[in-house]
Amino acid sequence: MLDSAEIGKRTRKENRRLTWLAVKQNKSSYLMILPFMLFFLVFTIVPVVMSLPMGFTDFNMVQMPKFVGLSNYTTLFLSDKIFIQSIRVTLVFALFTGPISYILCFLLAWLINELHPRLRTIFTLIFYAPSMANVYTVWKLIFSGDSYGYINSFLLDLGIISSPIQWLTDGNYVLGVTIVVQMWISLGAGFLALRAGFQNIDRSQYEAGAIEGIKSRWQELIYITIPSMGPQLMFAAVMQIVSSFTAGTVSQNLVGFPSTDYQAHTIMNHAYDYGWIRYEMGYASAICMILFVVMYILNKLIGKILSKYMD
Amino acid sequence: MAKKEKGYGTHLKVSTKRAGHKIGGTIGIFIFLLVLALFMALPIYLAVVMSLKPVQELFVFPPKLYVIDPTLSNYSAMFRLCSDLWVPFSRYVVNSVGVTVTVTVCQVIFASMAAFCLAKVRFPGAKAINAIIVVSLLYQSNVIYIMQYMVMAKLHMIDTPWALILPSIAAPMNLFLMRQSMSQVPDAMIEAAKVDGAGMFRICWQIVMPNQKPALMTVIIFSFQAAWNIQGGTLVFSESLKTLPTVVQQAAAAGLARAGVAMAAAVFMLVPPIVIFMLAQRQVIETMAHSGIKD
Repeated sequence: MLDSAEIGKRTRKENRRLTWLAVKQNKSSYLMILPFMLFFLVFTIVPVVMSLPMGFTDFNMVQMPKFVGLSNYTTLFLSDKIFIQSIRVTLVFALFTGPISYILCFLLAWLINELHPRLRTIFTLIFYAPSMANVYTVWKLIFSGDSYGYINSFLLDLGIISSPIQWLTDGNYVLGVTIVVQMWISLGAGFLALRAGFQNIDRSQYEAGAIEGIKSRWQELIYITIPSMGPQLMFAAVMQIVSSFTAGTVSQNLVGFPSTDYQAHTIMNHAYDYGWIRYEMGYASAICMILFVVMYILNKLIGKILSKYMD
Repeated sequence: MAKKEKGYGTHLKVSTKRAGHKIGGTIGIFIFLLVLALFMALPIYLAVVMSLKPVQELFVFPPKLYVIDPTLSNYSAMFRLCSDLWVPFSRYVVNSVGVTVTVTVCQVIFASMAAFCLAKVRFPGAKAINAIIVVSLLYQSNVIYIMQYMVMAKLHMIDTPWALILPSIAAPMNLFLMRQSMSQVPDAMIEAAKVDGAGMFRICWQIVMPNQKPALMTVIIFSFQAAWNIQGGTLVFSESLKTLPTVVQQAAAAGLARAGVAMAAAVFMLVPPIVIFMLAQRQVIETMAHSGIKD
């Protein structure tokens, strides 16, 4: 590719010719991305582009969408109290599950890497399995509100509480319970990607490090491991942002929908409410759009921080 | 990267002995992980225990962490409930395996090729595509599903196996992961292969991919897991096209009364992804043990 100073000097026509030349030179690359891009275009890009303008319409899936300007957005911020509540819930939720899970993903991926290869597989499986399992029924029994619940029966046994706590229906506890279960399943894609990153580090780098005076695990981590894990750290960060901001299934499955006093009602739950229960697709799209903008800004921010740290 | 060229020693065996690694520290790490692992494994352990409990044991007080009189009746009840429909159970297994294998194979191959070009070749449009991939990961809207449905309806895919397979083939997450991992491959390696006259396709599959085992296996795990859980409830409605997750969930859906069957279903669905996980991890360990270092 040409650097920008050089491009500035050329005429537009020449520029176009050079781009075309570059395209022709990279024919094989285009051919190799074609299969992926084809499916990506048809089943992701087209639906996304089609859904973008929906936030400015009133659309009930039966009649044609009707253009309503910014009214969805003004309603959301000015008169939808439950939306404001869902922002608060999502922020609390993301603040707890996001950074803590991210650090946990990295810490555990690293500690596992310090063990013998056979043990690594077993520990990785145990920590990753929750994100594969669909066991809300178990969690419901663990947090069950009567004395048959594992936690209640345990606490009653110890004499800490005198009557069972309604974990899944008491407004004071639903968000906490949801956060605990979300944390349990959060060692997912990011964790596994980081594990792969550790496995991919060149062993000779550690040996070279030892000769250059690395004295402890910490030094090895800070001077050798982290600087060569940038791409995986970025991947895990994106995954963590997505999973903590778009969480909703856990609360829906665990504490019911809607949760007591909307105490565990995330933005995604709100979008689900309007999209799939009230069939107000325009309004639901507007909600999703706001969420997307927040995640996009956060992603840019974290990318900046990480790249600064890596350099 | 500069350190890599030094390449002190080429150990053929993976040993965990490294500078500054005291055995006491390793034991401490092991104990810490063990305690955490016990906590993490508890709900899944309980799921297995509950799936083996006979009905009368499910609601005893106080709740037990073990099963007194284990039985497979929940599992047989699940299979019976699934086979009550006019389609035999084996049909759902065939559907699920077909969908899972097709989606996983296509996902892995397509994502690897695209990731290689996007990470290592600079061609007009590469930057834009990279940006779009990340944005598509962040754009989560339930309106997309409706639009996707409309696209599929236009293509006359509804109620065909394609409705389950094609939309899942291009997973941006897998491409993103592969691209991140491949960006660490030194450019010199690719340049050298080019000088030797290898085409892009060959460089990708014969030179870069063999060094990407950990990332590749991770992508296989992700793909398999996602494909195995494809439900497609609204996309196919013919009974003979449905997949295991849909049917198993139908069997388990009757509230806490069928908690045992629900647990049997969850455990049953969890087994194949765990098997794939173990196989993939063994592959990674074996390559590491054989080559020792990356290149």
